[in-house]
Amino acid sequence: MSTQIPKQTEKADETAAETESEAPSKGDERRAEKRRRADEQRRQREAEEAERAAADENTVELRVFRYDPDVEGKQEPRFDTFHVPFTKGMTVLDALMYSRDTYDSSLTFRHSCRQAVCGSDAMFVNGGQKLACKTQIDELEEPIRVEPLPHAEVTKDLVVDLEHFYDQMEAVEPYFQTNEYPDGELEEQRQTRENREKIKMSTRCIWCSACMSSCNIAAGDNEYLGPAAINKAYRFAMDEREGEDVKQKRLEIIEQEHGVWRCQTQFSCTEVCPKDIPLTEHIQELKREAVKNNLKFW
Amino acid sequence: MHEHDVVVVGAGGAGLRAAIAAQEEGADVAIVSKLHPVRSHTGAAEGGINAALRDGDSWEDHAYDTMKGSDYLGDAPAVEALCKESPEEVIQLEHWGMPFSREEDGRVSQRPFGGLSFPRTTYAGAETGHQMLHTMYEQVVKRGITVYDEWHVMDLAVTDEEDPADRTCHGVVAYDIQRGEVDGFRASGGVILATGGMGQVFDHTTNAVANTGDGVAMAYRAGVPMEDMEFIQFHPTTLPSTGVLISEGVRGEGGILYNEKGERFMFEHGYANNDGELASRDVVSRAELTEVNEGRGIEDEYVHLDMRHLGEERILDRLENILHLAEDFEGADGLTEPMPVKPGQHYAMGGIETNEHGETAIDGLYAAGECACVSVHGGNRLGGNALPELIVFGKRAGHHAAGKEMGEPEIPTGKSGDWEPAEYEFEVAVGTVGDRGPAAADGGAVASDAEGLLEAEIERARERVEDLLARKGRNHAEIRSKVQKTMTANVNVFREEEGLKQSLSDLREAREAYTDVAVSDPSRTFNTDLIHTMETRNVLDIAEALTMGALARREFRGAHWRKERQERDDENWLKHTLVSWNDGEPELWYKPAILEGEAKTYEPKVRSY
Ligand SMILES: Cc1cc2nc3c(=O)[nH]c(=O)nc-3n(C[C@H](O)[C@H](O)[C@H](O)COP(=O)(O)OP(=O)(O)OC[C@H]3O[C@@H](n4cnc5c(N)ncnc54)[C@H](O)[C@@H]3O)c2cc1C
Ligand code: SF4
Ligand code: FES
Repeated sequence: MSTQIPKQTEKADETAAETESEAPSKGDERRAEKRRRADEQRRQREAEEAERAAADENTVELRVFRYDPDVEGKQEPRFDTFHVPFTKGMTVLDALMYSRDTYDSSLTFRHSCRQAVCGSDAMFVNGGQKLACKTQIDELEEPIRVEPLPHAEVTKDLVVDLEHFYDQMEAVEPYFQTNEYPDGELEEQRQTRENREKIKMSTRCIWCSACMSSCNIAAGDNEYLGPAAINKAYRFAMDEREGEDVKQKRLEIIEQEHGVWRCQTQFSCTEVCPKDIPLTEHIQELKREAVKNNLKFW
Repeated sequence: MHEHDVVVVGAGGAGLRAAIAAQEEGADVAIVSKLHPVRSHTGAAEGGINAALRDGDSWEDHAYDTMKGSDYLGDAPAVEALCKESPEEVIQLEHWGMPFSREEDGRVSQRPFGGLSFPRTTYAGAETGHQMLHTMYEQVVKRGITVYDEWHVMDLAVTDEEDPADRTCHGVVAYDIQRGEVDGFRASGGVILATGGMGQVFDHTTNAVANTGDGVAMAYRAGVPMEDMEFIQFHPTTLPSTGVLISEGVRGEGGILYNEKGERFMFEHGYANNDGELASRDVVSRAELTEVNEGRGIEDEYVHLDMRHLGEERILDRLENILHLAEDFEGADGLTEPMPVKPGQHYAMGGIETNEHGETAIDGLYAAGECACVSVHGGNRLGGNALPELIVFGKRAGHHAAGKEMGEPEIPTGKSGDWEPAEYEFEVAVGTVGDRGPAAADGGAVASDAEGLLEAEIERARERVEDLLARKGRNHAEIRSKVQKTMTANVNVFREEEGLKQSLSDLREAREAYTDVAVSDPSRTFNTDLIHTMETRNVLDIAEALTMGALARREFRGAHWRKERQERDDENWLKHTLVSWNDGEPELWYKPAILEGEAKTYEPKVRSY
């Protein structure tokens, strides 16, 4: 299923209708029973929470996208509402963790580092691609809508399938290549400070895929390498420690049909990147390099 | 069932280096990791990698600093291996393209770090770990090493002989998080555990949510002792709501700590009259907690770190990344207000007992990285010494598992060398609670051959999953939170007899509660409720062993402080603490620290800087 969910999918939940199947196994029965219980608990919880919210001003309201292909009653996408007590410094990730640990342990999202380095928790918050752990609650309008990244297959709740993103990242030969190393055993390759500065921003990518999700071109052309992969190519193509011959090869890769020329400089990737990488600029620079390069041969 | 020569569990710095090394030796290697490699917590390291690269520096000096920093609980053969091999490993990273910071002449930059006699901390801006992790993952992609990502390893497939020294590890069983299936990974050469830290044992930590010490707990239940678990490093300046680390740099530049009354307590309350805010990590952490405990904390929780007086220009120039951290993760503006900070768990010096080749007491089972205790950090880790450990010992474990001849190790594992039983009587029961039942997943399966063993383990793991999904009971989150709270309250930088005993009895209750645990999400797809429930079992095992060690060790060494005896006691405690699971009846024992190295014998000296 896709992540483009129109607003009106928020609907009152129905009790999971028990479908009669032939001779359900004991485990199936238990699980069905569990689902029924979970549904009931959810209704109860939402009522309690709403009451608490009314009594206590200082809570935030979250509307969180829910979907699970595997669980009856969650196969139809819906939004669940959670009321979370606000504390100073609270991030969207904190609020999600609170909701999960307090109200509904089946609420699912990727997260690990909580400090914007692992790139696990990019999601669609109030209509924009954000890292949940790096987004302060008090900067958002309520109710806060939390959805999975657009333009990706939803696995469950806020989790999307990243295989395609990884494939694109790995399609640009994303590893250092050189034909020459210094002679001395313990000797490093030299790199100027200027050159290191030039590639610095491009090396900060945390593979969160926010840029890919924000890009209209990527949405329309599934084979488009996308901003993050092109940025990865930039990181190596501009590194003076790789030789000219390697750079040639790199330019050929990003010049292919679904490479840099697809970019229409809409800057959406640059706007959402949580690491402030000037993606559009990097893509533009590679375009110029490619042109220069072709000129050499003409 | 999947089959490989070498199976590496975990894809942080240690796991990636181990996999590359095993492949260099010609092995067919696979990585199994619950996170995609680039999500590993190695990416969070900022400061740098210690390596004696330059004229005027030497591996011997690095070894001396490390031994002194360890408070003489490091094992010299491991420390010397670390310091000797770190330079070539750092240069290897550079040859793989790692974007280190550079000097005017184009060579990699190094900076000074606490406890080092030479500026040998090699770095890449404030993101050394991120660059190291990505550089090594690039090499894994280049080499086409198989990665099974988002597979949670549940347990090891280890034979069931009476004596752990006779057991063999034949592989692991894992749960495919995306698809909800259990499968086995058979390893004919060896399994290398590289599962990282265990910060989730505490409720406030700089570690990731995924750092639940799984590898340590798995190896422990299979019969490998946990070593020196009581040695936990706490960092004095972490943000209260998330645990995100604010580096020493702020205090280095002149940042000041204040309590609620606006007192500069490091001086005004006499914690460190000379060094003030720049005293060592444990001294500052204890001072902050004392302020809070005596009612002078802000909101009874934290203190203030103020850098406003440094002026906007200087802050922007040298501490810009701190401004972002405080703003993004705490909503605080370091230019106009003081930043709230409190101590947080940061690093585990202890872990799976190994020798300098990464071998454990069980044949075919290796460990490297933060989950292992080889031991290079002893009682206290120096900043910048964990990252080199990942690459030096990751590589060694990878080579050995792939069959490389590496000579006789000098560090004994298990009860093969000198050892002595602990005399300590714990008043609270520890270990298995009553009838374990499948939810708890203890003990090993019995089978005659490797293939049969794997099959039996897979079956047991499946039953465990089915049972957790089907049964009614309580949610793991309340149990985990109880463990974390008591550990933070009682086994932190302050450790006293009563508190430690309290913790042990709270942990007992938590263990009892866990026999009743259940997963409420019935899904087969990305069931994080199930994963977290299994992790909580690991957190419990580790918390218990850690507290046992802390109770028994009545001295002040490195990061371990005891109210009852506030000084180092070399006469009785120049030895490692080990805890063996013993099929459910934990046993505490000791083995001597090895202070004789190749370069010299490291005579214990007073640790003052
Ligand atoms: C904020 C911070 C800053 C630091 N700064 C420095 C520094 O400047 N210098 C320094 O030397 N050290 C530093 N350290 C310490 C150092 O970064 C860590 O000790 C080190 O990165 C740990 O690496 P690792 O490979 O052992 O584990 P990790 O990088 O944590 O990787 C663990 C891997 O194991 C996998 N895993 C875990 N459990 C399972 C399971 N059950 N099944 C499958 N896979 C599993 C995970 O998916 C992950 O891939 C810092 C630590 C922190 C937290
Ligand atoms: S370029 Fe930025 S937005 Fe894109 S994946 Fe990397 S960090 Fe995320
Ligand atoms: S949790 Fe790691 S980037 Fe947000």
